[in-house]
Amino acid sequence: MSTVSRTVAPDFSERSRQAIGDEAQRTGIRGAMDFLQSKRKAQFPDPQELSDLRDLGAAIRRYALANLPELLQQLEARLTANGVQVHWAETPEQANALMLEIAARHQARLMVKGKSMVSEEVELNHAMQAAGIEALETDMGEYIVQLAGEKPSHIIMPAIHKTKQQIATLFTEKLPGVSYNDNVDVLIQIGREVLRKKFAAADIGLSGVNFAVAETGTLYLVENEGNGRMCTTVPRVHVAITGIEKVVAKLEHVALLNSLLPRSATGQAVETYQNFINGPRKPGELDGPEEVHLILLDNGRTQAYADPQLRATLQCIRCGACMNHCPVYARIGGHAYGTTYPGPIGAILSPHLLGFGAAYPLVTASTLCGACADVCPVRIPIPDLLIRLRNEAQANPQAARKALRDSGAKHHLLLTLVWRIWALLYGRPRFYRWFSWCASRFGALAPRHQGAWTHTRAPLIPAPRRLRDLLPQQNRLD
Amino acid sequence: MNDHKQREYPAKPADVYLFGTCLVDQFVPAAGLDAIRLLEREGIRVHFPMQQACCGQPAYTSGFPEEARAVALRQFDLFPQPWPIVVLSGSCAGMMRQHYPTLFAHDAPRLSQAQALAERIFEFTEFLVQVVGFSRPDRAGPTTVALHTSCSARREMDVHVTGHTLLGALEHVQVVKHGHEEECCGFGGLFSLRHPDISGAIANDKVQEIRKAGAQHVVSADCGCLLNILGRATGPEASSSAGEASLTGEHIASFLWHRTAEVNV
Repeated sequence: MSTVSRTVAPDFSERSRQAIGDEAQRTGIRGAMDFLQSKRKAQFPDPQELSDLRDLGAAIRRYALANLPELLQQLEARLTANGVQVHWAETPEQANALMLEIAARHQARLMVKGKSMVSEEVELNHAMQAAGIEALETDMGEYIVQLAGEKPSHIIMPAIHKTKQQIATLFTEKLPGVSYNDNVDVLIQIGREVLRKKFAAADIGLSGVNFAVAETGTLYLVENEGNGRMCTTVPRVHVAITGIEKVVAKLEHVALLNSLLPRSATGQAVETYQNFINGPRKPGELDGPEEVHLILLDNGRTQAYADPQLRATLQCIRCGACMNHCPVYARIGGHAYGTTYPGPIGAILSPHLLGFGAAYPLVTASTLCGACADVCPVRIPIPDLLIRLRNEAQANPQAARKALRDSGAKHHLLLTLVWRIWALLYGRPRFYRWFSWCASRFGALAPRHQGAWTHTRAPLIPAPRRLRDLLPQQNRLD
Repeated sequence: MNDHKQREYPAKPADVYLFGTCLVDQFVPAAGLDAIRLLEREGIRVHFPMQQACCGQPAYTSGFPEEARAVALRQFDLFPQPWPIVVLSGSCAGMMRQHYPTLFAHDAPRLSQAQALAERIFEFTEFLVQVVGFSRPDRAGPTTVALHTSCSARREMDVHVTGHTLLGALEHVQVVKHGHEEECCGFGGLFSLRHPDISGAIANDKVQEIRKAGAQHVVSADCGCLLNILGRATGPEASSSAGEASLTGEHIASFLWHRTAEVNV
């Protein structure tokens, strides 16, 4: 179904250029981001409350990560006691193999899926389709994106890049008997009718996990459409998949984190559905799945975990506020990033998932303006981590600590030489004064084409005399 | 970020160091001269160490901490007296105040030097408002301007209000609020060269918002942002938006001096 995204993608620069050129999409994304920003702002009228909540949220996540191995063991023990089957996957391939094994055991033909970014990360749909199993997205945004053969462009709002007109056209083309209508309520009703029948027929329901509670063995899942509850209760088998970092120590931590999550994400006070999943149907119960599984995925997360600074990456609760406030994301949208997780969080997470070879452009695609860190509900210092990742990517491969996958991948002798010369010029006052003197005296000869700068701007012309040349005597301190 | 502890400010000193920044030195020297005039009029002696160059930020944000350290270290010895160091850019001030301690985190003797230096770093508008208590009558005619506050000033120096305080006190100056005023201008130092299309798109939106708000003049305390915004406003694609009034701009030091000088210069 979605083979389009598998084709060789142009590079980041080319994709972002194309996205910027798409005026309609850019206006749409900008409007959506503005809307989400204002909704979030309205949710936190008291800056002190917000600041205190963020402190608490960060502390809860840091505590969980500081005790990650123990909490994961406790989670596994509690879940097992609750009757949930726990599986560990180091790689996407292992996660998919586990999934296929479960599906084969139940001779599954149809899987309905609640929203799960980890399932996107492992490209679960491809694996299922290759095995002849239909994997149907049931979150409305995900459903639209799947129909279009695309990938989500935002971790919370997968189809944010699409206009209602585009969705109406898509439905007309892909769904038999549907005529064009771009009324949003009508469109949602059309989607719901298709999905309703599928819920009843599905063999397996898949979901993500927002938080996995170690002390109780609870899988906590939030959503707004009720599709998550359908996926986790109607089919005989429920499989949840999530990253190992999603564990929290206590049930009460969920309450606090959830006072940050929906408000930061969509500007809602609370989600429409909150699901606390504690295990399969017990004898005598009328509904619920017969089997519940949890697949816990590493896929590079332990690399971030192992580094005291980069570990903060794993504090993320996937609210998407960083992308909603990012000036770069607002211009290029999610697809241009070319990764499962776009935006600022994608830029600091993807190097661990994919290595610097694939993820380095994302690391550089930030002005370090800090808007992301300002709104992060768990205080991930994203700009600091971006700088750190830039250091790692540029490190001399011989000297690099090799702690990170592809450390030094972007090390180039020429670039290093340029910076050495820069340091020489700016680090030796005499050199700098000679160099900047030349620049000012011969400024009029400055080229009118200055590479990337003059691509969209007027050329930079040095002033004919520097400040230091113009200073009155009394201000000079030699 | 953004919820730093309230900074305690010293009394108005008799002497300050001026860190002009390499952009002001090379591209906008008038801003430096006007800043000196403003400070001297308040009875403060201004000392410009002639050995100063760059704060080291370009290397620091590009993945070259060694080179950044080499350049930063050279600035350490330039300020031997315990005077405040006034920096003509929120971005460079943020580098010296917030990031020097990070840069030398694993070098104990230099770390304490960096921390001591950081304590004395003041962004120019912050210094005028919080330390000098700047208040001078507006002597020029009515005008409408937009203020762009750099992200570093806003988030690393926590001084997003001081620019507005200074402009707001000028009787004949109308400061218009422009759309997405808090948003980055798209400069980001070398980001502007590495991702020119994205940077250009962000800068273009900034220019449009300022024009839309009815300002033909933009004031900023950061020359990096100014060069970016004005460069975009007069760049190769500027002519495609024909019929629009030209956008001019200047550093807030020059703007303040021009508004408040007794003999208009």
